Amino acid sequence: MPEPLETKKEKVSLVERFFILWDRIGILLAFIVVCILFGILTPVFFNPLNILNVIRQVSIIGVIAVGMTFVILLGGIDLSVGSVVAFTGIIAAGFQVKWGGSLFLSIVIPLLIGGGIGFLNGFISTKGGLHPFIVTLGTMSIFRGATLLVAKGRPISGMSRSFRFIGAGMIGPIPFPVILFLGSVIIAAIILRRTVFGRYIYAIGGNEEAALLSGIRVDRYKISAFTILGFLSALSGLILTSRLNSGELVAGEGYELDVIASVVIGGTSMMGGEGGVYGTLIGALLIGVISNGLNLLGVQPYWQMIVRGSIIILAVLMDKMKRRFRTA
Amino acid sequence: MEEVILEFDKLTKKFPGVVALDEVSFDIFRGEVHALVGENGAGKSTLIKIVTGVYQKTSGEVFYQGKSINFRSPHDALQNGIAAIYQEFNLIPALTVAENIFMGHHFVRGKFVDWKKMEEEARKLLDFLEVDIDVNSRVRDLGVAKKQVIEIAKALSHNAKVLIMDEPTAALAQKEIKTLFRIIRFLKESGVTIIYISHRLEEVYEICDRVTVLRDGKFVATKPVKELKVEELIRMMVGREVGERFPRVSHTIGEEVLRVEGLTRPGVLENINISLHQREILGIAGMVGSGRTELLRAIYGVDPWEEGKIFIRGEEVKITSPPEAISLGIALLPEERKTQGLILLLSVLDNLGLPILPNIANAGFIDEDRLKQIGEEMVEAMNIKTPSLYQRVMYLSGGNQQKVVLGKWFARKCDIYLFDEPTRGIDVGAKVEIYQLMNRLVSEGAAIIMVSSELPEILAMSDRILVMREGKIAGEVNREEANQELILNLALGGKNHYARTP
Repeated sequence: MPEPLETKKEKVSLVERFFILWDRIGILLAFIVVCILFGILTPVFFNPLNILNVIRQVSIIGVIAVGMTFVILLGGIDLSVGSVVAFTGIIAAGFQVKWGGSLFLSIVIPLLIGGGIGFLNGFISTKGGLHPFIVTLGTMSIFRGATLLVAKGRPISGMSRSFRFIGAGMIGPIPFPVILFLGSVIIAAIILRRTVFGRYIYAIGGNEEAALLSGIRVDRYKISAFTILGFLSALSGLILTSRLNSGELVAGEGYELDVIASVVIGGTSMMGGEGGVYGTLIGALLIGVISNGLNLLGVQPYWQMIVRGSIIILAVLMDKMKRRFRTA
Repeated sequence: MEEVILEFDKLTKKFPGVVALDEVSFDIFRGEVHALVGENGAGKSTLIKIVTGVYQKTSGEVFYQGKSINFRSPHDALQNGIAAIYQEFNLIPALTVAENIFMGHHFVRGKFVDWKKMEEEARKLLDFLEVDIDVNSRVRDLGVAKKQVIEIAKALSHNAKVLIMDEPTAALAQKEIKTLFRIIRFLKESGVTIIYISHRLEEVYEICDRVTVLRDGKFVATKPVKELKVEELIRMMVGREVGERFPRVSHTIGEEVLRVEGLTRPGVLENINISLHQREILGIAGMVGSGRTELLRAIYGVDPWEEGKIFIRGEEVKITSPPEAISLGIALLPEERKTQGLILLLSVLDNLGLPILPNIANAGFIDEDRLKQIGEEMVEAMNIKTPSLYQRVMYLSGGNQQKVVLGKWFARKCDIYLFDEPTRGIDVGAKVEIYQLMNRLVSEGAAIIMVSSELPEILAMSDRILVMREGKIAGEVNREEANQELILNLALGGKNHYARTP
């Protein structure tokens, strides 16, 4: 790293500001270009029904991605989110269909369980000194198994009308899941920007040891971030279960990949300490729009996977280039 | 007439918005030890990185053995006999000494590694350097000094003609420095050219033939070391008179604020007793690894300990974590500024705010105006040179970074300061400023424990000096009776009758 001269530093920060701006606008630009492209290729793309469909779909991944942003900002990772979606979904379905049908319990209990699993992930990885990759690889398997166990190997279908609202309801012209998603984005953005909790997340992700020596209770914040993620994964589980009108055994399978991709494409560094939740919003939308557009174009799912993978690598490469330029 | 091996002609390097090197021209003779000095940001690292192919020059020329060169990568430079040893070693801990020395050009027989030959050649190289290291041991099991020797051997294995050493003594103990200097002299006699970068001017005078001073990216002068007085050298580096190098102000020592009794952590610390008073600077000297850093970390609650008692202002306390230490007014300036003291990605303001955020928040929401106000106060009080509060600290010079670390605790109103190598890697001008800040803290009633490897600094700034050796306090020396020899004797285990042993 060079050591810029004292007197000429102001220009450096201007350049830096330019890149930060470019970073945000860059991904937004890519999103807009992709939308226009699909709009031209298939007129159906801008059909209001299709747009509603896309953003509703995005919300399910997006809600989790908001939580994942916290964890990745801390330099962590969580692979168990898909299994948490399935497990909390099946619990919700259980309360709806088998265990008394209480709306309240079928919402609150899954959320508590989701938060609890997140807490567990955070607790084991911090207090046990294990990498969260390993811990959540374990819980990913555990809760997929637990899902099958609770469901006794069969999906649980037939939710009440009121429960169906979570995933299928509309408030005015806007689907309820979208409101949940945007709401969580805004709350997360405020937390990250304005609260002690948020600033400490960046501090810990930026340099854990320095944060510790500055008197920050690192473990506590890490556990909290995992707990938030678990909670939001459960929220996603509720939306999905409600929308499908069924607690599915394979629900949320592979979600962790889309979720992590959203966060990373949105510019949050896997090393932690840099990024934010607005980027995640665009990242999730971009992924959603691309799979929707390719679907409309009738592209084979196999090709879709290849395209998506390429985009993830491209996004991280761009991020890397930006970083190199900044520190060069 | 000396033969020129490296020549810089109007070498210029621009980064976006910054001119890091501005038409720098000088030359380096074959077989000399050439010091490169300057404050942080003077352009030393940039120059080195251009020579070794890490950066590409913007304009100007570099001539190596008479030919214009423009290396594209460190590998390129190495192939041509230019090697660099940085402060952070490029060794692979899990591999053996021999493998590390020949990393990148393993001896092979057919498709397989020729272990026997590699070990043999590695042994030859180490014998040549007259050091005793087992070529089959794993690098991770070796100390800093030996790792450095391996780096040197690695460079020699590439037939290095020019060897660049960046702050080679920063992590070495006194005795190890002697060995290093012996090797440097030996290499010089063998015709190797050495470019020596250091903040420790004493070393420049001891080991170097000529010295080149850079300042603000510009060439200032190249002079034979013998013809240059220290004061003049410092003036050239800083660009102004620095005044006294150690501006000490004495204060009336107040009552005891910290007492440590029988602190013990098996294998690391043994029966440590300390008494620290208000308005006192207590120096702790000793070799690297003597337990100095561990002692500070134990008091600060980072590392656990087994026996002993700690009293703050007369009351016994149990400190098991940094937040508890901080709430008692204890602050730690850690050894490694960049990896332990600061969050480089964050702004000056964010760093200054770290310990105080909870105190200026309502229901978790930060009072931004208050934070900004405190930030401005600290930038002013600590004289931090930064274009704005929102500048990332990674772009500040070492001295200014250290002032940010200090400011963060000053803002928290701590009054017991544990300083671990407070001026390491900081340029001369900024060192003086740090000393002045220490004086200021003391004059406002704070107490300071200062761990340092730089004896001149310990001798000049401390009211009392404790010397540590092998986890124990080997002796206590008064300011009046302290001298370099006495402290070294204690640190190395020599007998001394003047020193009181606790």
